[in-house]
Amino acid sequence: MYVASKGGENAINAAHKLMAEARRGDPSVAELSVAQIREQLRLAVARVCAEGSLYDFDLGALAIKQSRGDMIEAIFLMRAYRATLPRFGYTQPIDTARMMVARRISATFKDLPGGQILGPTFDYTHRLLDFKLAAEGGEAAPAQTAPADPTPPPHVLSLLNREQLIEPAGVAAPEDQAAPPDLTRSPLELPACRALRMQALARGDEGFLLGLAYSTQRGYARNHAFVGELRIGMVEVEFDIPEIGLTVSIGEIEVTECETVNQFTGSKTEPPQFTRGYGLAFGQSERKTLAMALVDRALRWRELGEDDLGAPAQDEEFVLSHVDNIQASGFLEHIKLPHYVDFQAELELIRTLRREAFERRTQNQEAAE
Amino acid sequence: MSAQDLSSAAAPAPAEEEADYNFAYLDENTKRMIRRALLKAVAIPGYQTPFASREMPMPYGWGTGGVQVTSACLTESDSLKVIDQGADDTTNAVSIRKFFERTARVATTTRTEEATIIQTRHRIPETPLTENQILVYQVPIPEPLRFLEPRETETRKMHALEEYGLMHVKLYEDIARHGHIATAYAYPVQVGRRYVMDPSPIPKFDNPKLSNCPALQLFGAGREQRIYAVPPYTEAISLDFEDHPFDPGGVDQPCALCGATGVYLDEVITDDQGTRMYVCSDTDHCEKTRADAEAAQ
Repeated sequence: MYVASKGGENAINAAHKLMAEARRGDPSVAELSVAQIREQLRLAVARVCAEGSLYDFDLGALAIKQSRGDMIEAIFLMRAYRATLPRFGYTQPIDTARMMVARRISATFKDLPGGQILGPTFDYTHRLLDFKLAAEGGEAAPAQTAPADPTPPPHVLSLLNREQLIEPAGVAAPEDQAAPPDLTRSPLELPACRALRMQALARGDEGFLLGLAYSTQRGYARNHAFVGELRIGMVEVEFDIPEIGLTVSIGEIEVTECETVNQFTGSKTEPPQFTRGYGLAFGQSERKTLAMALVDRALRWRELGEDDLGAPAQDEEFVLSHVDNIQASGFLEHIKLPHYVDFQAELELIRTLRREAFERRTQNQEAAE
Repeated sequence: MSAQDLSSAAAPAPAEEEADYNFAYLDENTKRMIRRALLKAVAIPGYQTPFASREMPMPYGWGTGGVQVTSACLTESDSLKVIDQGADDTTNAVSIRKFFERTARVATTTRTEEATIIQTRHRIPETPLTENQILVYQVPIPEPLRFLEPRETETRKMHALEEYGLMHVKLYEDIARHGHIATAYAYPVQVGRRYVMDPSPIPKFDNPKLSNCPALQLFGAGREQRIYAVPPYTEAISLDFEDHPFDPGGVDQPCALCGATGVYLDEVITDDQGTRMYVCSDTDHCEKTRADAEAAQ
């Protein structure tokens, strides 16, 4: 006798307990602290903050611990937490020209005011597994650094701008300056302004953006990009407090900014000049901001009077509808939920169609004989 | 499992962090934003109203739209029922019910007639609904034209112009090819003779229950940021042709557990030889029918 199974509730509770146990792993191995994750898995924490749209490295580290290192799950935890926070207002736009840079490189000029500062980078490392790290207690010797230059280096692209060889940096439309659009507080409407697109890209999935950016390099709406400048460092966040009539600094955040220089031979509406792609994200997020800059540039075809080549990276609706990994993974994974009611309806339909098809075949055979 | 069992098993002493959340989780400003969208949706039956969907603590695609609508509708005196696939004890229904038990501490029930708000995924209860009830549907893809035209910018235009020819061509092609309309669930309806609407992935068997229902029917699509509604006593007609009228389908046999007929049945495979039995998809209705039969004896 079939008895409809009960106890979904007990099963869920038990599964959650099992998950907590699995998260801890072998109890004879020391437990990870949130501080260890924050300090030693810093790039992972940066990604969680960037795509979680919430700058808090402690919470990012906690999310990674809680999610057992599943990055999208960690980003989801940050997003869900963020959704419960009140929004007090908008800060002043951060001024990346005043950044205290930890790393700043340009691929377009050999040397330039402020110099090339490599900073902590995987570039030029040989990707050989370092077995010394596997040994216990590997303390790194302190690195030698030159004294920091107290004057922040100027933006590389501003140098090109003097000759008007490059389009001026994007200026927000007047209505956007008053109240920038907020993807998290109003539904996405298409077509979107560039500011809104950037917002979506900044919190978008690094892997998806990487794939799209790569596709433009391989010829799907190719627009050869030079890295005009990539800079990583701390910038001040300033907030207007109308009650006291002052703009005050409320802290510093680490960001990565990437500006690309793209070839442009001119269109019906625009003169030949270099154009820009722009990427910005919390923390050290080089791959993300590079990819973002390439995709930003590809999405600007209409504004610059370029042709629509039908490439995915040019398609605003396609990109913005699918760039969010929390939306994507939620919907993808929901197919794990029971669907037996729909499936039952499909079963009935397919049985009917098959029965009728067999009947027709039999009739045809009989008619032929 | 009775309502008492559910609430006693699922409502541990509220953890401290839940005290930090507002009644039914969402803050009042967010609820107001959702209620405004709901009012607009009710005023324009079948129209997909955009709303600023929030990230909920459960994944997109797992009922976040329905949860937000329920949250915006719940009051302390409500009695909430949550079903998935017609059943109160499916894992995600349990999870959503638990969420509201923790954040709103409202009464919950598994009995359709006792509930004031019913959140559902993929079914309409068999027990007829009343004017005192709200049925909240979880919607994955709110756009009935989506699989004919993937672009939102295009489909919004098609709705605005009431241009539904593409849908009729699709249904016609089904008939030409298969002799039937090959849509078994999420079967499109036209609401109030204006908007073509996706009733969410309910089996087409449930479609007739949508029309002229005394209860308010609200549809929430969280990921797609849309809310729509079928107000009470509003016509919702399943699309068809004069010579191919709508057929709700369904299995022509009684439930193996309660003997009910004219209800939607799940097919259950009982051994590895493929032996099957058919049982009610609506677990509450099945239990009620059995209890009534026992009482009658």
